Amino acid sequence: MPEKTMTLEVFRYQPDEEEHPRYQNYEVPYREDWVVLDALNHIKDEIDGTLSYRWSCRMGVCGSCGMMVNGDPKLTCATFLRDYYPSAIRVEPLNYFPVIRDLIINMEDFLHKLDDVQAWLIPKQEKTVEEGEYLQSPAELAHFKQFSMCINCMLCYAACPVYGHSQEFLGPAAIALAQRYNLDSRDGAAESRADVIFQDVGIWECTFVGDCSRVCPKNVDPAGAIQQAKVTHTKQFMKELLAPWGNR
Amino acid sequence: MAKSNEPLFWSLFSAGGVVAAFFVPVTLILTGVAVPAGWIKEDDLLLLVRHPLARVYLFVLISLPLFHWAHRFRYVAADLGLKVLGVALPIVCYGAAILGTALAAYVLARL
Amino acid sequence: MSDGTSRLGAAPGGKSKEYLRPVPSTWWLKRKTYFLFMVRELTCVAVGGYAALLLVLAASAHNPDSFHSVFSWLSASRWSVVLHAIALPLVLYHSITWFNLTPKAMVVWRGEERLSPVLIAGSNYVAWVVVSVLIAWIALR
Repeated sequence: MPEKTMTLEVFRYQPDEEEHPRYQNYEVPYREDWVVLDALNHIKDEIDGTLSYRWSCRMGVCGSCGMMVNGDPKLTCATFLRDYYPSAIRVEPLNYFPVIRDLIINMEDFLHKLDDVQAWLIPKQEKTVEEGEYLQSPAELAHFKQFSMCINCMLCYAACPVYGHSQEFLGPAAIALAQRYNLDSRDGAAESRADVIFQDVGIWECTFVGDCSRVCPKNVDPAGAIQQAKVTHTKQFMKELLAPWGNR
Repeated sequence: MAKSNEPLFWSLFSAGGVVAAFFVPVTLILTGVAVPAGWIKEDDLLLLVRHPLARVYLFVLISLPLFHWAHRFRYVAADLGLKVLGVALPIVCYGAAILGTALAAYVLARL
Repeated sequence: MSDGTSRLGAAPGGKSKEYLRPVPSTWWLKRKTYFLFMVRELTCVAVGGYAALLLVLAASAHNPDSFHSVFSWLSASRWSVVLHAIALPLVLYHSITWFNLTPKAMVVWRGEERLSPVLIAGSNYVAWVVVSVLIAWIALR
């Protein structure tokens, strides 16, 4: 029995050999339990070893294998061929990022932004081991838990036209992660993060398109995080405006 | 790294958004359906518009939605390619909202 | 990561050229969600335009003659019908999207439970119906 196949139209960009990108078609076996990443691995191993792309865990945890699948930002390890068969699938590198080679984008900008918002826990008061743990109640955990699910896959950036128009924009994941730490009862650095996220190019460039939240594979809801940060900043702004003598 | 002044405009935008969401549809049905259908007479509408509470209502329904428009239009116009206008775009938008607010205050106060 | 080079366009090693894909001015036609976003944003033109009409109405109320001409325009002009007919679906779309998105910005915690977004949006809809009926009753009674 002849094997069922389907076509993958893959974005190819090889700067050492050619100036412009092109699309290359590959016929891959169709298997019901295959994801797009399986098909790419099949191409790499059996058809064309020159194809470059990032991947690691194959289980939606590492956030490396994000690509555009028929124009939608997707984790290719969680995008099944069966949802597209028998039509061809177009695979492209994540939108709005510069392409280094084939399906690999330059993520430097995003990594710098994680740095800028200090996406890590900065305790109010540093404790020694002898002084014990930083305790937190389940209710306090609930306040930020959703935002802590981010796996830095950058699908939200590839869905954000505001980021597409201006790379200065801090962007969905960086702001959601800033909120993740700002809302953590153990953290004490909200004020220094505010200098970054409350700038024009921080939360205020966002026009609430909302696609970041729609494409997020972990239901982080960065769009919600940004609107909530806008409310927080607005409250602070009004307090300073109406009662400049009060501290907070 | 200066913090943005955007909260000022955003709160006016939001307040206008709330007011428009709750009150514009029914008011629009009044002027667009009830008036042409003859459900409301000219003299009654004039009396109503001159009522102090209606004047407050109209002021709120003119001013805040204008600021709502100014803020949204500023961004949507930039998205559609008017970014070249630079700082003129927000000045014209918010300026029109301020002018409209002043005019509304004037015409409603003298009724 | 902090090698001092520019954030964009500099590949590790700096040898190869990166490809930047331009964003076309028709970007908002490329995805249904972008298109609906654009419609939502453009509802502001109907909202602002209607505010301008109310301003004209308010200004005309100063004297009965000018009020009469505005009232006749509202009741008999084809333009008034057309403009109202265009504006109505837009302002309704504004109301619906506004109420649906409110819970995104408004977060209410009850201990470990977040107040349901459906409840927040739902109470907005109930309030919307109540105030609309109330205003219509005041104007038409």
